[in-house]
Amino acid sequence: MNGPLSVTTIIAALVLAVWYLLRSALDRPPSRIDLIAAAALSVLVAILTVVAVVNLFGDSRPSDTATFIGYLITTFAFIPVGGYLARLEPTRWGSLILGIACLVIPVLVLRLQQIASVTGA
Amino acid sequence: MPEASARPRDAALGSGLGRVLLLVYGIFALSASARALVQITTHFSEAPLAYLLSALAGLIYISATVGLAVGGARGRMIALVSCGIELLGVLTVGILSVADTGDFPDDTVWSHFGSGYGYVPLVLPFIGLWWIWRHRPAPEDRP
Repeated sequence: MNGPLSVTTIIAALVLAVWYLLRSALDRPPSRIDLIAAAALSVLVAILTVVAVVNLFGDSRPSDTATFIGYLITTFAFIPVGGYLARLEPTRWGSLILGIACLVIPVLVLRLQQIASVTGA
Repeated sequence: MPEASARPRDAALGSGLGRVLLLVYGIFALSASARALVQITTHFSEAPLAYLLSALAGLIYISATVGLAVGGARGRMIALVSCGIELLGVLTVGILSVADTGDFPDDTVWSHFGSGYGYVPLVLPFIGLWWIWRHRPAPEDRP
């Protein structure tokens, strides 16, 4: 959970968040490229989720497994939900939705890392 | 905000900035309820009052989210009541948790005015109430 994949995800989410917030401040609706970028980020998050699930079957299972899985599901679903709402809202507020969604991803990944670091019974 | 002034009065409560609020309230509905669920199922006896408050906060956020999503006169009323209780809750719990830590041995979303959540729980009801107020029906629309 602590590898370069998490770091890449966090940095990508933060960069995209800055971009979307800027777009929203400039009164721009999410463009096609913005939505594709969000889709790319959710692919990255999906890979992270799959790696984390595979690790669950390894020997370093987090002691709070239920919470960990809850956070995993939330993280996995987050950008798709934000993207869905943003597509319904072709105004500056759609860009703001994508920006907020991207700001929450680093928090979720950091929480996942915290929970994963407490292992064993 | 150029398009805000051009926004039709009868536009849905859950569109525009309302849809952003919908997402943020949804996040808090999920995080507050999940937190309460974990607290209540794993160590309820440690701080029953704080955990029940967590659960109440979760329910308030859920009903605010539903109110915004439903829209119309009924959804507006649900969202208005939820945001009102939310504002009271975050101020009351915030003041109590700062003044006397004894009653609040464990944290809720509203403890210390929501400092654990970047003070978003403190700001959110003001934005929500402002948005709902902006969406009051025009006088001629009233029956």
